[in-house]
Amino acid sequence: MEMIELSIDNKVLRVKKGTTILKAARKVGIEIPTLCHMELHNMNIENKPGSCRVCVVEVDGRRNLAPACITEVTPGMVVNTHTVRVLNARKTIVELLISDHPYDCLVCAKSGNCDLQSIAHKFGIRRVHFKGEKSTYRKDTSPSIIRDVDKCIMCRRCEMMCNEVQTVGALSAVNRGFISVVAPAFEMNLEQSSCTYCGQCVSVCPTGALTEVDSTNKVLLALMDKSKTVIVQTAPSVRAALGEEFGLPAGTLVTGKMVAALRRIGFKYVFDTDFAADLTIMEEGTELLGRLKAHLAGESNAKLPILTSCCPGWVNFMEHNFPDLLHIPSTAKSPQQMFGAIAKTYFADLIGVKRQDLVVVSVMPCLAKKYECQRDEFKVDGNPDVDFSISTRELADLIKQSNIDFLNLPDEDFDTPLGESTGASVIFGNTGGVIEAACRTAYELYTGKKLDVIEFESLRGKEGIRSAKLDFDGLTLNIGIAHGLSNARKLLDDVRAGKSDYHAIEIMACVGGCIAGGGQPYHHGDSKILRQRRNAIYREDKNKTIRKSHENPYIIQLYKDFLGQPCGQKSHELLHTVYYDKSREEITIHHD
Amino acid sequence: MTHIKSLEQLTSKRDELKSNLSRLDDPNNSEKKVQIKVAMATCGIASGARTTMDFLTAELSKRNIPSVVTQTGCMGYCYAEPTIEVKLPGKEAVIFGYVDTKRADEIIEKYIKTGELTEGVIPRNYDTID
Amino acid sequence: METPVNKPKQLRIALRNCGMLDPENIAESIVRDAYQALGKVLKEYSPQECINILKQSGLRGRGGAGFPTGLKWEIASKSKSDQKYVVCNADEGDPGAFMDRSILEGDPHSVLEAMAICGYCIGADKGLIYIRAEYPLAIKRLKIAISQAMEWGLLGKNILGSGFNFEIKLCYGAGAFVCGEETALIHSMEGKRGEPTNKPPFPATSGFMKKPTNVNNVETFANIAPIILKGPEWFSSIGTKNSKGTKVFALAGKINHVGLIEVPMGTSLREIIYEIGGGIKENKKFKAVQTGGPSGGCLTEKHLDTPIDYENLIAAGSMMGSGGMIVMDENDCMVSVAKFYLDFIVGESCGKCTPCRIGNKRLYEILERITQGKGVMKDLDKLKNLSYIIKDTALCGLGQTSPNPVFSTLENFYDEYYEHVVEKKCRAGHCKNLFHYVINEELCVGCAACKRCCPVHAITGEKRKPHYIDSNICIRCNECIEKCSFDAISIQLEPKILV
Repeated sequence: MEMIELSIDNKVLRVKKGTTILKAARKVGIEIPTLCHMELHNMNIENKPGSCRVCVVEVDGRRNLAPACITEVTPGMVVNTHTVRVLNARKTIVELLISDHPYDCLVCAKSGNCDLQSIAHKFGIRRVHFKGEKSTYRKDTSPSIIRDVDKCIMCRRCEMMCNEVQTVGALSAVNRGFISVVAPAFEMNLEQSSCTYCGQCVSVCPTGALTEVDSTNKVLLALMDKSKTVIVQTAPSVRAALGEEFGLPAGTLVTGKMVAALRRIGFKYVFDTDFAADLTIMEEGTELLGRLKAHLAGESNAKLPILTSCCPGWVNFMEHNFPDLLHIPSTAKSPQQMFGAIAKTYFADLIGVKRQDLVVVSVMPCLAKKYECQRDEFKVDGNPDVDFSISTRELADLIKQSNIDFLNLPDEDFDTPLGESTGASVIFGNTGGVIEAACRTAYELYTGKKLDVIEFESLRGKEGIRSAKLDFDGLTLNIGIAHGLSNARKLLDDVRAGKSDYHAIEIMACVGGCIAGGGQPYHHGDSKILRQRRNAIYREDKNKTIRKSHENPYIIQLYKDFLGQPCGQKSHELLHTVYYDKSREEITIHHD
Repeated sequence: MTHIKSLEQLTSKRDELKSNLSRLDDPNNSEKKVQIKVAMATCGIASGARTTMDFLTAELSKRNIPSVVTQTGCMGYCYAEPTIEVKLPGKEAVIFGYVDTKRADEIIEKYIKTGELTEGVIPRNYDTID
Repeated sequence: METPVNKPKQLRIALRNCGMLDPENIAESIVRDAYQALGKVLKEYSPQECINILKQSGLRGRGGAGFPTGLKWEIASKSKSDQKYVVCNADEGDPGAFMDRSILEGDPHSVLEAMAICGYCIGADKGLIYIRAEYPLAIKRLKIAISQAMEWGLLGKNILGSGFNFEIKLCYGAGAFVCGEETALIHSMEGKRGEPTNKPPFPATSGFMKKPTNVNNVETFANIAPIILKGPEWFSSIGTKNSKGTKVFALAGKINHVGLIEVPMGTSLREIIYEIGGGIKENKKFKAVQTGGPSGGCLTEKHLDTPIDYENLIAAGSMMGSGGMIVMDENDCMVSVAKFYLDFIVGESCGKCTPCRIGNKRLYEILERITQGKGVMKDLDKLKNLSYIIKDTALCGLGQTSPNPVFSTLENFYDEYYEHVVEKKCRAGHCKNLFHYVINEELCVGCAACKRCCPVHAITGEKRKPHYIDSNICIRCNECIEKCSFDAISIQLEPKILV
């Protein structure tokens, strides 16, 4: 590999050919400011349109300034990163951006977390010398995501995520010049587009142009209503990331404090979505075995592969793009929805509260869950199984607004009977976790034997598409795993073409799994944070005494008392669902 | 349909076409014709060159003057469109500007029939490489 | 009737066949030596030998930047790939420019032949012409020319028995000036958003479909065949030391003979305007010539005798550009000229990079304020500083050159800016807010004819008493002056004392 010698700010260094000035500078401790550039190093995701021009530097012999994020080093290059010419240019660029930006900081959802605000602060911008017209657009609200693109700075990160990483294609640059902006085609509403609400655009947007729908006020109103009993469920990924909002290092598990905080906010019962995840495994594992046995018996209508269905972003993607394959995902609902269904029937009866007076709130790392809980099929006579879904970030806000000293809370336990969960349910937060949890149960149910080793290392990893062959006491089970919708698309294209020989496929819409969901604390491009969260999830699993879903005593009790059999009639009624064809007419463009 | 298979064939085809043209231009040749070119680029057409060309084609035929009227690209005198170039056999080509149907009629009657120059002659102001 | 003076100043090389043949009949092009150069190259030269001929000739890109063409072809020929492309940039977006249109409408075969020669030199068998959709006649004639050339075996497979294949397709623009920039052009052809990407990588290494691509302007291609047939020494004997050959200019504006001209490099502005162009219309005073379109600047009286070539124009604060030449007289307001070009740029910027998207808009807003009489001295500093930063940080050529009209007019016509800002005066009588229609009280008889015809009711006054025009309402439509039989109304350019 050819090495190149250059100097940056009078520091001499040697780097590989093809390295950009930005990355070379980091090697000598020089951090050139950037704005549109974003790299998630561990996931091979990089956005570098070279368009904001904040990272410009002076290069000897070059007539104009060079954008450091995309300019590759050349032998003998002499770079200066903070001459007066450069500082003047950078400041002016940021002033120009601010001159076309709403002065909304005081009331903006992103205040304190906004990359533009941080840069303005860092550069000491005190005046905007060039005032003028601002480009304004219609505000757009969808069930999960709010588009306030007056604040768009054309960094193209959301476009990159939506088109290249997710291959959903709901967002791209439209119009030209001053009024250009990133939006759905013809500036239509997100709800009318093929958006899956995966929320990856929100997690990378540097400003407040893309944010989540904020349900905290609705939750507070419900908590204030004396006639209502408000209960809460928390997803596995929340406990691995919530601490970051309070200054704890990424990957600190804060399960006990989270439960304590929720109680102090005022929730009557604090339950765990993980409980419902164990339930999901019971249903989906039974379904998997059922289909597998039919397949092995040679039944012609045995539907394999079976696909996991707990990710609403992925379900949306499938309904839009693969409506011909709607018969192959598992019919099991997601843990959030299973929880809601059980809470509003079994649990409501248990505590003698009417369905309409029970309010179920979920805390999720995910923005698509906001959309999921308002799907019509998850309501009974108009009353939803899950009333509100709030993100990890919203929970942190609620805790702060409630003046709770999070860091000094004692560790508390979830309530019963919907709060006890196993290690298998926790790993739902990572890519590969759902299928691993399913296999822990499926193996023991199918073979009748106990697992020697509980962890399925072959199912873990970070590559976008993974496969593993598992030995179920002589039967080889082919497992496929995809995270990121572009990878899901590849696997589904194979299934559609009849080329797939997987028995079961786990799909998560977000790259990295739910720990990298659209509702998690902002990572600002630091992919190390995601790795720490992933490790925390596996740690939590290891710390549990019970690690297989079918061994959860409360689950066993639930079936005994209420549900009967997994995939039995009552289970089907409450815990299974159907899918809909959401495909759109294709428009063909002719060239001559 | 001519399908050229070699450079030699191209060259001989060119020479053949050239001699056809020179026959047209020879005042002593029975095949001689008045050659008129009408500048028909977008600017010419916008100024009415098509009308002029149709008029010339029809009238020359009516007045029994052997001629060939063709369209060309821009001659460069955009300020004087429509422009035409008239080549009487054996004589230097002359360019006329502001050629509407009235002036075209005049050019036929005066210059083509008798050789007398009308108004609106534009001196050629460029050399062209051959 | 004018008599020609001495030898004509114009020499038509690129336009050699325009006006000489029917572009819709290939036989007429063949008579004028079409495809002879291609035949010669295929028979007698290797690709490198042909590239050397071009390098020797000194031909530079006629699209505006003036990059040596031979060198450009050589870089593309050295890129290794299974597929390469030749692209002809026929997007011609500069306002007032029609050189490429005329070549394509008048002599399409010159371009087709040159593209095939380029393909042979760099190793490409596919050519693409990106032509703006606003040129329907050129598109029609190109289509006819391509199909006739295919019929005659001069394009397609095994051209002239040489074993060399070359086919040409058309791609249409969709109304974006920015797609004249080569990377934006390539992305537009690929079906993507027509916005530029950073260079490097250059198209010669990674262009259309990420393959090596050579992009040249129409006029550049039109020069290729004569260079091959008459030899590079002949071509380099014309022009100046570093700018060889001729340049086609589209002469427009306040000049008597508007039209298309082609002059050897080194011809002076004076010769072009007064000898070829016939002088300024209505004998008014020459003020400036704008060259290079929105990327160029203004040349003034002091540049009238400068020989025109690439370097001299840049030294004078302008650039050659694609060949648009707009002549201005004493009634053209130079501040408005800068504003016009900024207005164009604001409409055509792709919007990708911050300095061009927002910076140019702000430049325009400052100029708008100045022309409305609301400017302050600080605005002139702001114009300069912001222009410098836009030039220094913009992503592509459009943004990097968009402040040129501002620089050029500030440099050469600072007095006019000063007058607009401080004296609220527009000496050219152009900026509506800066001149006023005034009724001379001594001549006015109070007939109210003006009051009746004013479309915005700006005139007040009693019968038989002197009337008065409110300058804040007046839209300067000139109706009142035309209606007044007593010559009592006049236009006042001097600064109005605001009551």
